[in-house]
Amino acid sequence: MSILAKYAALDAARRQLTETGCDPFAVQIEPGDSATEGWIDGRRVMLFGTNNYLGLSQHPASRDAAAEAALHQGSGTTGSRIANGTSASHQQLEAELAAFYGRRSCMVFSTGYQANLGMLSVLAGKDDHLLIDADSHASIYDGSRLSQAQVTRFRHNDPEDLHRRLRRLKGSPGCRLVVVEGIYSMLGDAAPLAEIAAVKREDGACLLVDEAHSLGVLGARGRGLAEAAGVEQDVDFIVGTFSKSLGSVGGYCVSDEPGFDILRVTCRPYMFTASPPPSVVASVRVALQLLQGAPELRERLWANARQFHGRLQRAGFSLGPEISPIVSVAMPDVPTAVTFWNMLLARGVYVNLTLPPATPDGRALLRSSLTAAHEPAQVEAAAGHFIASAIALGLALDAAPAEAAAARPTADVH
Amino acid sequence: MMSMDQTSVTRLVIDTLAANPKVTHPISGGTVIVDDLGLDSLAVMDFVMEIEDKLDVSVPLDRLTDIRTVDDLARCLTELTSAR
Repeated sequence: MSILAKYAALDAARRQLTETGCDPFAVQIEPGDSATEGWIDGRRVMLFGTNNYLGLSQHPASRDAAAEAALHQGSGTTGSRIANGTSASHQQLEAELAAFYGRRSCMVFSTGYQANLGMLSVLAGKDDHLLIDADSHASIYDGSRLSQAQVTRFRHNDPEDLHRRLRRLKGSPGCRLVVVEGIYSMLGDAAPLAEIAAVKREDGACLLVDEAHSLGVLGARGRGLAEAAGVEQDVDFIVGTFSKSLGSVGGYCVSDEPGFDILRVTCRPYMFTASPPPSVVASVRVALQLLQGAPELRERLWANARQFHGRLQRAGFSLGPEISPIVSVAMPDVPTAVTFWNMLLARGVYVNLTLPPATPDGRALLRSSLTAAHEPAQVEAAAGHFIASAIALGLALDAAPAEAAAARPTADVH
Repeated sequence: MMSMDQTSVTRLVIDTLAANPKVTHPISGGTVIVDDLGLDSLAVMDFVMEIEDKLDVSVPLDRLTDIRTVDDLARCLTELTSAR
């Protein structure tokens, strides 16, 4: 028997997805002239599924910094942070991130996934309790498993349920660490952080917020949901990533916790992997400056989000619970989602196809993410392609007929 | 809530599963929750959450990974309710 036989059912399901068109999980995208366009199978497409919220992956200053660093410092560090993989630029990036958040300490990781894996596994020990939101990202679930702590899952965005579950732990020894996300990646909804912070205070727990999708997106200075909700003092650890609004790859954790530096010699996903290469560190440092110096990027991102969400909502699509740079359209079932996704691609729009169990409540979603780099005409055109595809598929939309007709595109802009 | 014996907890688990629209297969104590009922990992965690609320207990996720059958889950829930 093949060692891969256990995946036979999954393999069959995956084959079924590719029968009607492109493999949604192996799309080859070549970068175009901007952050919003790329090439798939030799055709130009508009990119509406990149998490490139501020469009900085293609910023000339970031690219130049990366090229310059590679030219002078080489292609990689070939070592871990605790061996030969620490340079002045790694430490400068950590100092700059700590300063950005007004925190005492920062640790940089090679990926955002490793940042969650590392922080959860090292903060919650065998006798501690982790309380994670039910809709948490896979990196939070995986970090929980690596922690060996007792892991309790609470209902998504439900502070009362969190409080109830913390109460059930009363009397049992160990620290409690509550983990939530700034913006949840599938539906784009933000955590009710002020209420969660109140529960955390009342029950004497620690709080970690993963701002992966909210860095540069929320808050007056772009620090994320904790800043926007006015509860930064209650958040003990902030985790984030460089691979979204900063347009590169890597992750970090900032904190005021005394003695934080001990984690550098206890955190296995930090210690036993090569550190980020010079080109990555250099581009992230520039992108962080750009993020701080250009609040108008955030305004443009939100204007695009409002435009796209409003257009799809008026057309009668079933969307996530709130306006956000992540706009997910719920599909009635997986086959419809796959067909719809292929139709959009044929029309020159790339979005993410997200399927259960990666999605909440077993829903099949067409997940779009907006960026500050999108032009209003592109947003309009992409929404038009959604509407035209729905009409072609005979998909029932909730809007009144007159509204749906008004929502129809008058001309293809793309 | 008072602690319950394992038979009552098994009954509660079976009734909760039977009320799940995704479940069409007949259920007994020996039913393997994932393989027999075709629930994915997320659906299992969501269904366990429903039972947790009914019994006012939390099943740690690390314990959930060892649970395969309805009886396994009922045993775990009975232990947790009697340990309060």
